[in-house]
Amino acid sequence: MLTTEPNLPDPDGFYAELLALHEGRDEAESHAINARLVLILANHIGDRKVLAQAMALAAKVSDDG
Amino acid sequence: MTAIFQTILYGYERVPEQDREAHHPVVVVGAGPVGLALAIDLAQRDVPVVVLDENDKVSFGSRAICFSKRTLEICDRLGLGHACVGKGVTWCKGRVFFDEREVYGFDLLPEEGHRRPAFVNLQQYFFEQFLVERLRELQAGGKPLEIRGRNRVSEVFQEDSSARLSVETPDGPYSLTADWVIACDGANSPVRAMLGLDFVGRVFEDNFLIADVRMDADFPTERWFWFDPPFNRGQSALLHKQPDGIWRIDLQLGWNIDREAEKQPERVIPRLRAMLGPDVGFELEWVSVYTFQCRRMERFRHGRVLFAGDSAHQVSPFGARGANSGIQDAENLAWKLALVLNGNSEAILDTYDAERVAAADENILNSTRSTDFITPKSPVSRMFRDAVLGLSEQAPFARPLVNSGRLSVPSVYDGSPLNTQDALIGGPPRTRPGAPCVDAPVRDGWLLDRLGGDFVLMGIGAALPDDLDGVRVVRLEHETTLARRYVGGATAAVYLIRPDQHVAARWPSYEAEAVAEALARARGELC
Repeated sequence: MLTTEPNLPDPDGFYAELLALHEGRDEAESHAINARLVLILANHIGDRKVLAQAMALAAKVSDDG
Repeated sequence: MTAIFQTILYGYERVPEQDREAHHPVVVVGAGPVGLALAIDLAQRDVPVVVLDENDKVSFGSRAICFSKRTLEICDRLGLGHACVGKGVTWCKGRVFFDEREVYGFDLLPEEGHRRPAFVNLQQYFFEQFLVERLRELQAGGKPLEIRGRNRVSEVFQEDSSARLSVETPDGPYSLTADWVIACDGANSPVRAMLGLDFVGRVFEDNFLIADVRMDADFPTERWFWFDPPFNRGQSALLHKQPDGIWRIDLQLGWNIDREAEKQPERVIPRLRAMLGPDVGFELEWVSVYTFQCRRMERFRHGRVLFAGDSAHQVSPFGARGANSGIQDAENLAWKLALVLNGNSEAILDTYDAERVAAADENILNSTRSTDFITPKSPVSRMFRDAVLGLSEQAPFARPLVNSGRLSVPSVYDGSPLNTQDALIGGPPRTRPGAPCVDAPVRDGWLLDRLGGDFVLMGIGAALPDDLDGVRVVRLEHETTLARRYVGGATAAVYLIRPDQHVAARWPSYEAEAVAEALARARGELC
C-alpha cells in the first residue's frame, strides 16, 4: 500500500537537497538525473503494487492540474 | 564452389497424380524450417505427408541464425540435433555496450545438466540443408514422405471433409486433395491471402541492415549488442558469429532512408569499416535491408487449413523468436495431426490453436518490448532507456531492465485444456503441467532422449505398472539433478508427458484411474 501520509523526516531539508541536485544543470541533464532517480527508487521500493499506485497518483495529479 | 543455397536439393519431377487427381492425409505448403520439421515429425509418426514448395533450394542468405536450446532438443527427436550442434557455433554469453563503453556481460545458461546449449548460431540454409538430408534419410528408410520442388500452390478450396489445392508446375497445373493442409509458407503466406484471411498487428517504423561478412577476426563467440555506439550514432548494432568464419552484423538505420542505396556495397562497406576498425579484413557475403512487423492471425486453424510459423505470426528479430517459435508450432501440431488421422476427434486441433496463439502472443509481447527499448518512440522513452543503460554499468539492478532482445524460451501452456491440475504438492514450478520438460542427466544419457516422441508415463522413485495402453512407461531413479527438476519438495513423482515433451499431469504416486483420465484429457478426448 502506497504511503501518502507524511513520511519524510526533515521535509525542508529533503526538498533543498533535491533542488541542489539539479542546481546549475541544464534541462536535459536534470531530466536524465530524474529518470535515473525514478529507476533507483523504484528498485528500492521493489513492490509492483506500490509502484503502480504511485504512478497512478502522479498521473492523476498532473491530469487534474 | 557452389554455395548450398545455390544447389538444387529437391528439383522438379513429374508425378503420376499430375494426370490423375490424388488424395493425401497431409499436405505441407512451404519447405522452410517449419514445413520441413513438421513433415519429418509426421513421417516419423508414419503419417504420409507431401511437401509442396515453389522453389527447389534452401533459402538464400543466412536469415534466421540463432537456434535455441528447445529447437535443438526438438531436432534431437527429429534426428538432426547432432548435425546442427556439430556445425553450429555454440554460445551462451553476451555483452552489452552503451556509447563507447562495455556496460555489462551476461550468461544465458549458467545451469549445469543440460545436453544442449542455450543457443547455436547456424545459417538458416544449413539448418534447412540438414532438414532436407534427414527427410531424404527417412525416405530411404521407407517412410511415407515426399517433397515436390517448383510446385506452387495457386488456389485453395475448403470442402466439407477435405481441402483442394491447385498447383502450378513447369508442366502446367494439377490439383490434389488433402485431409489437412498446413500452410508453412512464410510471413507473406500466399495460402493466407488465397483464403482472404487477415494478418493484423503493429508496423515498426525502422530499417535494419543485415550484413553477413566473411572475416578472420578474433572476437569471442558471444553476442555483442551496442546501444548508440560511436560508429552508428543514435542507433543500435549487433555482432554475432556464424560457422565458416561468417559474422552477422545488424545495424539499425532509422526510418527515412533510401533502402536500395543502403544495400549497395559503397554504402555498406564504410559502415562496417567504421564498426570493425581499419585493420580487420572482411568481404560481404550477403546484405539485406529489412523492416518488420509484429502481428498474428486471429486463429491458426481455418477448417481444413492450419497455419504454422511466420505465416501465422510474425515478430521482430530481436530475441530469435521467429524460426524457434515456428519449430515449436510444428512439434505442437505433428502429434495432434497424427492422433486425428488415427481416429481421434478433430477437437484436439483446436488446442493447437489455443496453445500456439498464446505462445505467439507471448513472443509478440516480448519482441515488441525489446523493440520499444532498442528504438525508443519518444524523447521520454529514450531518456528512460538511456537512464537504464547508464545505470547498468555500476548498478546491477538496472541490468534486467536492459532489453536487447529477450531470447527465445519455449512457452508454458498454462491453462491448456489438455492439462490436468497439478497434484504434486511441492513439485517444482518449472515442470508444472503445460511446461516443456527440462532436460536432466539420467544414468544412461539424457532425460529428453528417454522421453522421445510418445506419450510417456515417467516415474521417479515411484512404483509404476509394467505397461500401459498407449503410453510408454519410463522408470527413473531418484538422481540429484533430475529430482531437483521434477520431484522438488515431494518424495517421489509420476509424470504424464505428451509426445511434444510437455508435461500433461503429475502426481506423487501412480493411480490408475487418475492417469487414465489425464491421458484421455491430454489426447483431447475430453475437449
